[in-house]
Amino acid sequence: MAFARTHRYVQPPPSHAALSLRSGNTPALGGNAATLSGMSERGSAQLVDDGSRITIRGDWTLEHISELAALCAQMRKAARSDVALDIEVESRIDTAGASVLLDLVAGDSQRVLTANDATRQLIAAVARAEGVPPPKRKRDAGFLGIVANVGNALEAMWRNTLGLVGFIGLILSSFARSALRPSQWRTTSTVAHIEQTGLNATPIVALLCFLVGAVVAFLGAVVLRDFGASIFTVELVGYSFLREFGVLLTAIMVAGRSGSAFTAQIGSMKAREEIDAIRTLGLQPVDVLVMPRVIALLVSLPILTLVGMLAGIIGGAVVCVATLDISPLMFFTRLQETTSIRHFWVGMSKAPLFAFLIAAIGCMEGFKVSGSAESVGTHTTSSVVQSIFVVILVDALAAVFFLEIDL
Amino acid sequence: MSDAEPIIRIRGLRNQFGEQVVHESLDLDVRRGEILGVVGGSGSGKSVLLRAIIGLGHPAAGSIHLFGEDMASLPEARRERMQQRCGVLFQNGALFSSLTVAENVAVALHEHYALDAAMVHRLVQLKIALAGLPLDASSKFPSQLSGGMVKRAALARALILDPDILFLDEPTAGLDPIGAAAFDQLILTLRDSLGLTVFLITHDLDTLYTICDRVAVLAQKKILVADSLEVVEKFDEPWVRDYFQGPRGRAAQQARTRQTSLSSAGH
Repeated sequence: MAFARTHRYVQPPPSHAALSLRSGNTPALGGNAATLSGMSERGSAQLVDDGSRITIRGDWTLEHISELAALCAQMRKAARSDVALDIEVESRIDTAGASVLLDLVAGDSQRVLTANDATRQLIAAVARAEGVPPPKRKRDAGFLGIVANVGNALEAMWRNTLGLVGFIGLILSSFARSALRPSQWRTTSTVAHIEQTGLNATPIVALLCFLVGAVVAFLGAVVLRDFGASIFTVELVGYSFLREFGVLLTAIMVAGRSGSAFTAQIGSMKAREEIDAIRTLGLQPVDVLVMPRVIALLVSLPILTLVGMLAGIIGGAVVCVATLDISPLMFFTRLQETTSIRHFWVGMSKAPLFAFLIAAIGCMEGFKVSGSAESVGTHTTSSVVQSIFVVILVDALAAVFFLEIDL
Repeated sequence: MSDAEPIIRIRGLRNQFGEQVVHESLDLDVRRGEILGVVGGSGSGKSVLLRAIIGLGHPAAGSIHLFGEDMASLPEARRERMQQRCGVLFQNGALFSSLTVAENVAVALHEHYALDAAMVHRLVQLKIALAGLPLDASSKFPSQLSGGMVKRAALARALILDPDILFLDEPTAGLDPIGAAAFDQLILTLRDSLGLTVFLITHDLDTLYTICDRVAVLAQKKILVADSLEVVEKFDEPWVRDYFQGPRGRAAQQARTRQTSLSSAGH
């Protein structure tokens, strides 16, 4: 029961107070079983003795609290400032009712008279609790608030970049430490991660690249036909998948699939203090958790990239065969004649770089998780967004770089 | 319902998970206005019993009467109302981690009543103060609170609809002795001032000795004995004897004897 409701509450609609109004379903609260079966009587207040005394009777409970608060506000104007309350023995009062009643006497429970011991104790307890002075609330000024938020966001971005550079340094130093000592290699863990991030991702990467390859070939076929140059579709598919699409699509897929998994795995370990446990056992979390993941991605992403390139080219070939009257043999012969191997190496050279960045960002976000389960979710999102952003940014820079050096 | 009638009455309760029977023909009464402590070994099904009473579990057999009404035969809407008259403090607080303390406390108010924001704020602050939390805690998230503050925040949330019965699942577990003693006193104060009935699961012998009116021992799938501490201590059963006559039980007994002799000396 609580869960469905809470879920709705987590993202409140603009006016959730109005939405949650369920007329006719107001429950009866308090200790009296009779009120459950019938309607409860709303409390009333009556001014007696020329405004020096107010008689309170009926139910002063949460279910009518808005009306009762309004009633008290009226009474307060009519009554004298040193008015006393006289609560009848049969009245039912809960903490909400006591709170509005105390308004009438300015929070002074001494001026509330009742023969009912339970009511007197309740009023006294509420008066004590309300007597605690409220803390000062901070205010967000309009324009200054915006400027401050922009500043905070920029500072956070700067810190994040610094953090990433530092984390990369940490990974490299850990790599340097353990590279020459095979006894410290965590082979089992690394192989398990290669299976998860590489082998298990192969079908989806292949399918995705196959489909995109087919789409690129379709576009090429349609546009190039107008120039009578539809045979160049082969080059289009070959160039784009070898140089860019193969590695880019694979990297995006891996960032969404494995980068997020790294963050969630390390993050939930952090939330349960497992990372601290690793430290107290005299181990480095970077050695134990990060290195196997980084090395696993460094192995799997190039392999997946190769799979992606092949699948994309096959997808293009299928479309060419089906719509352009190009035979499979012709397609691959032309591909071999016109497309040099350097395009493959240009694409492939980016794969380890992307793998390293995705693994580093995924693991770093995992370490940033603090305490709660919600924090794991936030950092997983942030990890995927960051790694895809960085992959595309680096790809763009690499495109310019390779163009400049004529590759 | 007369005052003599128990506020919770359980008869012949049977709970089982697959083949494993947790409770078998379990009977228990909780009287209005008392603080009932429930003790039992780990895995004896204390939490299962609590969940069955508040309607989170589904007993295989037996009846549970709350406020004199059979929970199993009530229609859904009425049962929900009954549940609103029960406040529950879960073992680890179970505060919603995405909401601040004030929002956590306000959830039930928003969901069940159409109140304006000022009134909600006021009632929430009142409950937070009643639970003994500093008011500046209300804008914090559960992850920013200490263990004791989480318990108090969860208590404020349990109190928001002015429940008749308060269910506490190991409220002092994980608190330091000072914090635990303060929490015990808070429960006692709230019981007296708000007229609550308290159903308290605990392993804390000090809690049993300081605030519980009666103690129910859950062992061998049923309530072996439910009576005042003097009677339960002398109950002749190996587990009960080990529990109360073991080193920790004796220490708690002595602490109480010292306390009572001190206070009687003061009079």
